[in-house]
Amino acid sequence: MNTAEILKFAIDLVAVLLLALGIKGLSKVRSAREANRLAAVAMGLAVIGVLVNSLGTTGIAAGAWIWIILGTLVGGSLGAITAQRVPMTSMPETVALFNGCGGMSSLLVALGVAIFPAAAAAGEAGGGLVEDISIVVSVFVGSITFTGSIVAMAKLQGWLSTPPWMQSKARHAVNIALAVISLIAAVELGRHGDNSSALWLLVIGSGLLGIGVTLPIGGADMPVVISLLNSYSGVAAAAAGFVVGSQLLIVAGAMVGAAGLILTQVMCDGMNRSLVSVLFGGALGASSASGGGGEYTNITSCSAEECALTLEAAERVVIVPGYGLAVAQAQHTLREVTRVLEAGGIEVTYAIHPVAGRMPGHMNVLLAEADVPYEQLKEMDVINPEFPATDVVLVLGANDVVNPQAKTDTSSPLYGMPVLDVQEARTVFVVKRGMSAGYSGIKNDLFELANTSMVFGDAKKVLGDLLVELKELGIGKKG
Amino acid sequence: MSFLSEALWVLLLGSLLGLELIGKVPPTLHTPLMSGANAISGITMLAALTLIIKAGDNIPLLAMGAVALGFALFNVIGGFLVTDRMLAMFSRKSARRKDTNS
Repeated sequence: MNTAEILKFAIDLVAVLLLALGIKGLSKVRSAREANRLAAVAMGLAVIGVLVNSLGTTGIAAGAWIWIILGTLVGGSLGAITAQRVPMTSMPETVALFNGCGGMSSLLVALGVAIFPAAAAAGEAGGGLVEDISIVVSVFVGSITFTGSIVAMAKLQGWLSTPPWMQSKARHAVNIALAVISLIAAVELGRHGDNSSALWLLVIGSGLLGIGVTLPIGGADMPVVISLLNSYSGVAAAAAGFVVGSQLLIVAGAMVGAAGLILTQVMCDGMNRSLVSVLFGGALGASSASGGGGEYTNITSCSAEECALTLEAAERVVIVPGYGLAVAQAQHTLREVTRVLEAGGIEVTYAIHPVAGRMPGHMNVLLAEADVPYEQLKEMDVINPEFPATDVVLVLGANDVVNPQAKTDTSSPLYGMPVLDVQEARTVFVVKRGMSAGYSGIKNDLFELANTSMVFGDAKKVLGDLLVELKELGIGKKG
Repeated sequence: MSFLSEALWVLLLGSLLGLELIGKVPPTLHTPLMSGANAISGITMLAALTLIIKAGDNIPLLAMGAVALGFALFNVIGGFLVTDRMLAMFSRKSARRKDTNS
């Protein structure tokens, strides 16, 4: 070991320590922001480590610098621009996009080493079988992560919907066929490391498998998929670590992979679903559209004015935010409405379902943006016993998470999912654009209950009207 | 074999560490945590960097490495900045709460 190698070793150790502290800190509200910066610093250190090591041993050619700077500038600036521009409401898609690019990177590295084994001879991996296996794993996982994430993003953006045949049982056969093709290609590649047709077969097979597995998954389950793909991209990074012989990569990739798996499990628990049923069960409701579906017969609708009158008389109000609120960008208007209510002496809390929105914590982020105090956000287990003592519940663009079918109807695909018991409250107002079904495509019995009134319209517009009405009623005026 | 066995130990211990690091996470932090962990998974940029450095004068490989580096950095920089944006909203609020309490 010369000085540069020792220096790199020391830097790597510090980087791993900081990364671990970073992930740990990210799980606590108080330390989260510093922890994020810590992790960013660790990443920077790791890059310096690689550069120092190379400068001290083999040196870095001028030509290589040009490509490094080119890649850094383009990727880095695009990332920075995307991060600044993207609205808070489309966070899930953004994470999916970033994640897919991470997978793509691992894939490209493995491809590079596979296509040019002599030139890249990176491997302290020792070449031979170990390197071949690492390449296969990296290509396979990287490819699935990339296509899966892109499909997840496109579905969340509404650019892509599930073709009907993907809902049928046939998709299992297709996916199994793709998996077998990938496996054959992988074995071929392992036997003769320089078999380029097997390599491309593996890339295409696993890429299509990523699409085939993600595409049929129903909207309500999408957060779980993104979290799982995030875990995969950690695995892909660890595999890339084996390919180029970097222990730092292996440890960081393994940490992300394992942590992502835990987070995925936490999300599954929140929905009372198993990971297996999320991955292979297909879209909720699609198979039983006739069973859970049907027309609404007994709907009461009312205007913002009536809603305001009821709110004025209330003492306890619970807000149930959902994806509709995020789409309408209505969080700030909502905050103004609740400020008026609070000024009028009405107790306002927010009921946060673990999977409300398109991602766990989506609603928390959104409401935090609108300056809603953290203490007013109540988790499902805390708020559920309080609904019978609640005067008015305002459901804003949420649907499946307040569907009482999940408790009462054993034939419903939602059955067993924990939901908010809003129907226990005295009055429920559901603000919704129309009578369309929720993301899961299942009819919501809540809308037909006697104590439920629908207020049709875009969440932002309805809340705006509500604000005007409340002000006319003179709520919250001093004196 | 020595690299392999060492690397497998690293893989095992790293995975165990990852499982332990996240025990209880308040739902508020699920999205930022996912996004932060996602940024860290962009550490493949190190592999891309190594690839470029060792590529010599092989232009296709250099280009591939540069594209891989670009994708990884898109993930890393974008991921950390987005996470910071989300977390900034929480910390700004708690700072204000402190003011009103005192």
